[in-house]
Amino acid sequence: MLTPEQIETKLDRILLKVQKPGRYVGGELNSILKDWDSVSLRAALIFPDIYDIGVSNVGLKILYDQINQREDALAERAYAPWTDMEALMREHGIPLYTLESKRPLSGFDLLGFTLPYETLYTNALNILDLAGIPLRAEERDLSHPIVIAGGHSTTNPEPMHAFIDAFVIGEGEEVIHDIINAVQKFKSLQVGMFEPSNFQTFKRENLLLELARIPGVYVPRFYQPHYMDDGTIERMDALAEGIANPIVKRIVAKLPPPPTKFIVPNIEVVHNRASVEIMRGCTRGCRFCQAGMITRPVRERSVEEVVAAAREAIQSSGFEELALMSLSSSDYTHIMELVTAIGEEFKDKKLVVSLPSLRIESVSVDLMDKLRDRRGSGFTLAPEAATERMRRIINKFIPDEDIINTTREIYRRGWTTIKLYFMIGHPSETLEDVQAIADLCKRVIAEGRKVAGMRVKLNAGVSTFVPKPQTPFQWVACDTRENILAKQDLLRRQLRDKNIKLSWTKPDDTLLEAFLSRGDRKLADVVYTAWKNGARFDAWGDQMKFDVWMNAFAEHGLDPAFYTHRPRRTDEIFAWDHITAAVRKNFLFQDFRQSLEGQIRVDCRLNCFACGILPTFIDVRRDHPGEGWKCPDVKTPKRERVVNSKQLSVISNQALALPQVHRDNVSGGVLPEVEGAVVGD
Amino acid sequence: MRIRLTFSKQGALRYTGHLDLHTLIERAARRAQLPLAYSQGFHPTPKIQLASALPLGFSSRAEMMDIWLTTEDSEVSASKLRSDLQATLPRDIQILDIQIVDDRAPALQTQLIASEYEATIPDEHASNLTIRLAALVDALSLPRVRRGKTYDLRPLIESLALAPPSAPLSRNTGEGSGVRVFMRLTAREGATGRPEEVLSALDIPPEDVRVERTRLIFQG
Repeated sequence: MLTPEQIETKLDRILLKVQKPGRYVGGELNSILKDWDSVSLRAALIFPDIYDIGVSNVGLKILYDQINQREDALAERAYAPWTDMEALMREHGIPLYTLESKRPLSGFDLLGFTLPYETLYTNALNILDLAGIPLRAEERDLSHPIVIAGGHSTTNPEPMHAFIDAFVIGEGEEVIHDIINAVQKFKSLQVGMFEPSNFQTFKRENLLLELARIPGVYVPRFYQPHYMDDGTIERMDALAEGIANPIVKRIVAKLPPPPTKFIVPNIEVVHNRASVEIMRGCTRGCRFCQAGMITRPVRERSVEEVVAAAREAIQSSGFEELALMSLSSSDYTHIMELVTAIGEEFKDKKLVVSLPSLRIESVSVDLMDKLRDRRGSGFTLAPEAATERMRRIINKFIPDEDIINTTREIYRRGWTTIKLYFMIGHPSETLEDVQAIADLCKRVIAEGRKVAGMRVKLNAGVSTFVPKPQTPFQWVACDTRENILAKQDLLRRQLRDKNIKLSWTKPDDTLLEAFLSRGDRKLADVVYTAWKNGARFDAWGDQMKFDVWMNAFAEHGLDPAFYTHRPRRTDEIFAWDHITAAVRKNFLFQDFRQSLEGQIRVDCRLNCFACGILPTFIDVRRDHPGEGWKCPDVKTPKRERVVNSKQLSVISNQALALPQVHRDNVSGGVLPEVEGAVVGD
Repeated sequence: MRIRLTFSKQGALRYTGHLDLHTLIERAARRAQLPLAYSQGFHPTPKIQLASALPLGFSSRAEMMDIWLTTEDSEVSASKLRSDLQATLPRDIQILDIQIVDDRAPALQTQLIASEYEATIPDEHASNLTIRLAALVDALSLPRVRRGKTYDLRPLIESLALAPPSAPLSRNTGEGSGVRVFMRLTAREGATGRPEEVLSALDIPPEDVRVERTRLIFQG
């Protein structure tokens, strides 16, 4: 294994030959370099895309802090080298190394990948290969690091099951310590033992079994799927005692203090900012939104905590931008108070504050006005659909008039550019629904011109919907290439105004995302073959090689349409059903049926629809009552009576008929029965 | 007030370019809570001026820059500014000197006339180096093409020689011993000599060579 000094010497000879060598040298403010020999566990945290994108990832930053706060462990970072650097590293025999100590990844005990989206899969394989670590988990022995992965794409980990030793399902703040403790304990038992190599393989399995017994950890080798003749899943068997089936995600009862010592890159990256997560989860229930379904329950930080963290983060980083992160800023209970306090805190500091995901209403314009220091930046809103029918189907109901009034107000107050996000390919969408997107854009511009003249601009970002696992739309098929092309063609023909800029997703990118996110274990061979034949950086439009993927499918006798375009039976067992984000499949299916009927569900802060979160985490909620969570309080004592599941649908229907029910009313009546319903499932 | 910093730039920061260095200094000043003065206009930017862009990959023990603050001269001492700023800078930048200068003094860029460099040539490129250096110095002209334009490198070379054995050892000599070459190149507007061009003229691949800027030379 090369030493850090050897790696640095080799790097010196190649770095001036690559673009942006600053990606590969570390040395950033707030990076942490601990004494290698002072700890008993060394973890490398990896974002499998280039430094420019990965360095500002907040999820990994949380884990970096969690691990480095321990005296007995250290965490360092690694990213995917760009293609020019990869070629030179291979040519010069440089293994992938961490930025802090320049040690090869193969020298660490634990490699932690974040996989927030599926188009990182081939990069993850490439990183293992560049580190000289066998790609397939079954080929690794005790001399290799334990490879774990987390992030949103692990809601369906199956296409990566062959390459990752253990997946973390859900939130990582607490479970990372359970994993580290298990690995440390295992390592301490190893010291001084004599072991033939076949014995080692067996021993690695022992450690993996320990990991599999940690709640929220999924170790694929201990689960065996059985298939039906049509290729769908018959059942998933657990192969070991004491492991969960299904694996339920982990959550933290209360959001721990947010990271404030952000890594400050020495080169320009994509997001040059400090981020403070103000709220986790979302109560809106948009049916296409995987994040909204899998990050429940909603937990908020207090205004005081957010402001103090923001102050400390800007103070310790010197960043020129602060992002207040959440899935839906407008839904943060004390948003006006927060924005006022942040505005006051950073007055005259030349700080740009970004507030993503604002609801389409005039209050949002007031919020942005309070934060704005420099005019000229854009204002982003996401109507997602442009007809009432479609908005009912996706459960994001915003009347046209609200959109027009809000955008008019934005232009009137001096923003010249508005960005509107839409999606095509929603279930049952027709060309009329797509035409309505073009019509709405034209109307927004026309109304804007009335108040702000000809300078107003509109960027319409129209992506294509991918039905994601663990959402109410997991039963629907992805739109076909022909349909997508026809819809995009219509938009291009209709939106020729020079002040409207249209952008869209290439069908190849959509289909790749669709089969990777909906795949089963058989897809692991496809991922491997695609990587071997040159697929990487699949999230990069100019790098993605769709033909390589199609050839990989053909090589393994698989049909991508089986994953992307096949209508799913209502009783189908999905490849990801043994993983649960604690939102029940029954709930998702009921929501799907309501979608077909055009029924909307209101914000679940107003009305609990019994998604399954509360029964799963009822003890956690009971121990953490009050404002922190946005689920109803649990007032029942432990071990409530059991009610059969039929009552559940009755409850939900009642709830639907009473959209204005206050939270307190719900918590008194609905919950005890909900709790029982899950037991009866 | 206007302060003038002399600083070294080493290690990982060799790969931080000119524009990124501006941002880095801006952030360090913000962390140190120094009140940066901003330009007027639609997109105000902090008033920071570097004497001379240092090519990517070069280290330096002699960079200079002016920073304007909204503080009055009497409010703070240079030594306090130095310690405040050093505390918030990455470890690969060390402040070597700090002066408070007259706000009306001419810009550093306009005063610069030459830069000195020390290049550490790996042994495999160092054979007959004395002769090759002499050939370059003796040449009447050294026509070279850069970005499609032909120019003469020779008048930009003020001095070129093997570094005397007594010269202080550069901190980043890298692997092996190598042979050190000293060069002094003009650095006037429109007439800037580039060490990598000199190395190319010597048939040495510039990316194999460690270069450190050792001194900036100003008028007067």
